[in-house]
Amino acid sequence: MERITKAQIKHVAHLARLEFSDDEVERFSEQLDSIINYAEQLNELDTTNVAPTSHVFDVRNVLREDEVKPSLSQEEALKNAPDQKDGQVKIPSVFEK
Amino acid sequence: MHPIKKMDKSKYLPCSRSRGENMSILDQRFAQIQEQLHKKELTVTDLVDASYNRISEVDGNIGSFLHLNEEGARKRAGELDELLGTDKATGSLFGLPAGIKDNISTKGIRTTCASKILDNFKPLYNATVMDKLEQTNIINIGKLNMDEFAMGSSNENSGYKPVRNPWDIERVPGGSSGGSAATVAAGEVLFSLGSDTGGSIREPAAFCGIVGLKPTYGRVSRFGLVAFASSLDQIGPLTRSVEDNAHVLQAIAGHDRMDSTSAGVDVPNYSEALTGDVKGLKIAVPKEYITEGVEPEVRNRIREALNVLEKQGATVEEVSLPHTKYAVATYYLLASSEASANLSRFDGIRYGERIEDDSLIETYMKTRSHYFGDEVKRRIMLGTFALSSGYYDALYKKAQKVRTLIKQDFDEVFLKYDVVIGPTTPTPAFKIGDKIEDPLTMYMNDILTIPVNLAGVPAISVPCGLADGLPVGLQIIGNHFDEAMVYKVAHAFEQSTDHHKLKPEL
Amino acid sequence: MSFETVIGLEVHVELKTKSKIFCGCSTEFGAPPNTHTCPICLGHPGVLPVLNKQAVDYAMRAAIALNCDVAKETKFDRKNYFYPDSPKAYQISQFDQPIGENGYIDIEVNGEKKRIGITRIHMEEDAGKLTHADGEHHSLVDFNRVGTPLVEIVSEPDLRSPEEAYAYLEKLKAIMQYTEVSDCKMEEGSLRCDANISIRPAGQEAFGTKTELKNLNSFMNVQKGIAFEEVRQEKELLSGGKILQETRRWDADNKKTILMRIKEGSDDYRYFPEPDLVNLYIEDEWKERVRSEIPELPDERQKRYVKELELPEYDAQVLTQQKAMSDFFEEGLTHGAPAKLLSNWMMGEVSAYLNANGKEIGDVPMTAEGLAKMIALIEDGTISSKIAKKVFKELIEKGGDPQTIVKEKGLVQITDEGAIRDMVNDVLDNNDQSIADYKDGKEKAIGFLVGQVMKASRGKANPQMVNTLLVDEIKKR
Repeated sequence: MERITKAQIKHVAHLARLEFSDDEVERFSEQLDSIINYAEQLNELDTTNVAPTSHVFDVRNVLREDEVKPSLSQEEALKNAPDQKDGQVKIPSVFEK
Repeated sequence: MHPIKKMDKSKYLPCSRSRGENMSILDQRFAQIQEQLHKKELTVTDLVDASYNRISEVDGNIGSFLHLNEEGARKRAGELDELLGTDKATGSLFGLPAGIKDNISTKGIRTTCASKILDNFKPLYNATVMDKLEQTNIINIGKLNMDEFAMGSSNENSGYKPVRNPWDIERVPGGSSGGSAATVAAGEVLFSLGSDTGGSIREPAAFCGIVGLKPTYGRVSRFGLVAFASSLDQIGPLTRSVEDNAHVLQAIAGHDRMDSTSAGVDVPNYSEALTGDVKGLKIAVPKEYITEGVEPEVRNRIREALNVLEKQGATVEEVSLPHTKYAVATYYLLASSEASANLSRFDGIRYGERIEDDSLIETYMKTRSHYFGDEVKRRIMLGTFALSSGYYDALYKKAQKVRTLIKQDFDEVFLKYDVVIGPTTPTPAFKIGDKIEDPLTMYMNDILTIPVNLAGVPAISVPCGLADGLPVGLQIIGNHFDEAMVYKVAHAFEQSTDHHKLKPEL
Repeated sequence: MSFETVIGLEVHVELKTKSKIFCGCSTEFGAPPNTHTCPICLGHPGVLPVLNKQAVDYAMRAAIALNCDVAKETKFDRKNYFYPDSPKAYQISQFDQPIGENGYIDIEVNGEKKRIGITRIHMEEDAGKLTHADGEHHSLVDFNRVGTPLVEIVSEPDLRSPEEAYAYLEKLKAIMQYTEVSDCKMEEGSLRCDANISIRPAGQEAFGTKTELKNLNSFMNVQKGIAFEEVRQEKELLSGGKILQETRRWDADNKKTILMRIKEGSDDYRYFPEPDLVNLYIEDEWKERVRSEIPELPDERQKRYVKELELPEYDAQVLTQQKAMSDFFEEGLTHGAPAKLLSNWMMGEVSAYLNANGKEIGDVPMTAEGLAKMIALIEDGTISSKIAKKVFKELIEKGGDPQTIVKEKGLVQITDEGAIRDMVNDVLDNNDQSIADYKDGKEKAIGFLVGQVMKASRGKANPQMVNTLLVDEIKKR
């Protein structure tokens, strides 16, 4: 795998909604690069016919009945919100100015 | 709720170890305490007093607690004391003061995951384990310090303050459940809950010289455990003895309809497994767990421990878990990928802290960049990268496949052996600051605990003596849902040695 | 140069479960904001999803009704993106193992039948609702809708005109309603549609660059939006321009599409298997149970109308287009109305009234029993067809029993021969010229005279009797 570029770091940071100073970009790209390099050792293994494990046990079909349970009150639902207005969560406009 | 006072460095005391002198009531086992409670020789309030006294005495140096539930705990103690002597004084953990890792949701009690992004967050609901513990009438003393969002092996990544090892406050207590281990080792509470994603219960238990169990994946409900890596996380107990540990697991284990991944497997009576009899049991020792990379003194303790078990009639054979060396890479890719999604919800919209900017995207970026610590950001970055277009197959999916191989290693060994035994960590507790600058070296510290999480099997760390004056942990790994076997071997070992009686002097 | 339009539609349909897909909150529409939420759908720290069985049953039912292969093994994945209406900042959706694949819908446009492929149908959770006040620098979020179960139905790029897109949507909606998995109310957002449109020179095999069209809030707007977009793209290409891969919004007020954003490559949603949910294995038994629960579908019903009720193909097709109309028709039959007469009324007066007033059959007070009874009154001669129109107006606007309406309004047909003969003679006395014309062989004159008698009776005289008696009386003169 090629070395992780600073541009890649910035792209990934954007996907993750993180921003970094130039120093941080420098540091993170070095650290991530060494971790990814280390992870390259997995390529030593031939996994052609190996199934991936998402769940360690094959538990199947866990379902619940379609029953309505009590909801929170509006007050409770908004209790932890940093900002609110008219019973709704208030946020900066989703439209760019 | 009290903020914990800032640590005064001038108060650091040189630590020494002792063998059972200065017994406090909190140094006793559950059974002894409950007997005294029911005989009315002791009240729950006495226990709560002892707990908070000990905390104010030593926690300034240790830093186990993030927030105390003193008002709630005292009120509850009063209620429970009313029940003493009546037939309502029931519950397997009646009156026992406990600490709860701060990534376990406690209704109305601050739950921050040691992250500034959740600084003032008070959950609207209880984790299933909290409901279960409350049914057994425990006392919640407070919420325990940890690495931010359980990411770390040293507790240096707490967003608030590091935890210090009660055996040597210049050293780390291990992580991420550092507060959970240190508080039990320091005798502040009788037991604690931690969470273990790659060793986060066992490593600190080993470093702090106590007993810590990571149950089988699915044995304990994850509902209310703030997710780090959903396919690996498990809640488990930390205690001073194996028997006490089994009592706590008994209370929190079992199927939960709120957690689709919790197993519908019957929970046996763990106490029945504590027979002390290991005759005829077959113990596998993976050669990969006793390599050069493991400190000689640690290897010596493990060998001695194996001798003890052999003397009791168990057979010990060397085996191979050939994919062990790939576990760290596999783990960091998978856990970080899951974490990158799990931590996206901390966006400053519905709860937690927000740095508001004119634009929405800047609000996201500023909030998350400011309040998350470096290790959290590093793992979010790694995980986002591993899942991103063009890298998914080579990194994430590849790691999922290697996970299969690591699990198969264990499946094969458990066809022939009852337990797998090795050290919990390659070294005893290291010095604060020693590894924090080098993430990869820090990650390698988890090489012996990570494979267990990847395979989903249960494992315990029990004290097996000291190396250079610091505790060493013996790791006993069992087959899926066979915590009873793990406890049986751990208990037999514990009862025939005095290691568990060692405690740090603070 | 002539171009061919290629259209693919992505339709989101809300499943009408009582509770949300991963928690017990109600899915009811129209509650005060943030009153149908809980820590689970709000994505609070530590919560876990548990899948609603009914949502899977409904999704499977839809898959079967759309002729899809139902997956034997299916799973959920996380689709990662930050947006304030998505509390976890990932949507639980299905990526590479959708519940259904390779289906189709048969449509008919201008008498031509066509089969439209369905690429896939998958389950996912709905997002919350964002509102923005004009001129304000903030938005508001209501999380009531978060976690409502959805299926997304993706068509193959088989549609070639706005009319075909319209017909596809009508048919899809009918199937969703017939299978009773959704009420498909576009105005409440329970059916939503995005369109992908590209054009290519006639005869070219490779697809052109497509644009994605959003904000299509009615089937008519889908049709109009696509029609605008095909012209826009054609103009662009003919003037030497290039089509960019972009998302455009249909502005219904100004009747044009507006650029929202240009897509740079494909979005990176970083899908991965949802670790909090276990895989679903759909055994044959489960699938067959769901299949057996599917009510009669529009195509089957259409065939039955032709075969058993002997209705013309056209009637059968029109009547079955909307489940509510078809159900109304069937109920009318149970109250004894003859199929063809009832069909005529449904396709004629009933549809005309509904279209003129922008209403659905469920919105009017008239019952199927009422309409059937009115037809019976015509049949037994109690009222004339002409009077029936008055009765119908009353019936569809105010409801009630046709017999009572007829009685209260004095609309009963006059069949008394003496009374009619008197009216006939009164008219003849005043229309000598018409009598003369009729006798001269101008048969038309009789029509005028009938009209005069009907007018005198205020429409109540039996027209056949008026006719017979007029001829009879003229002969006498």
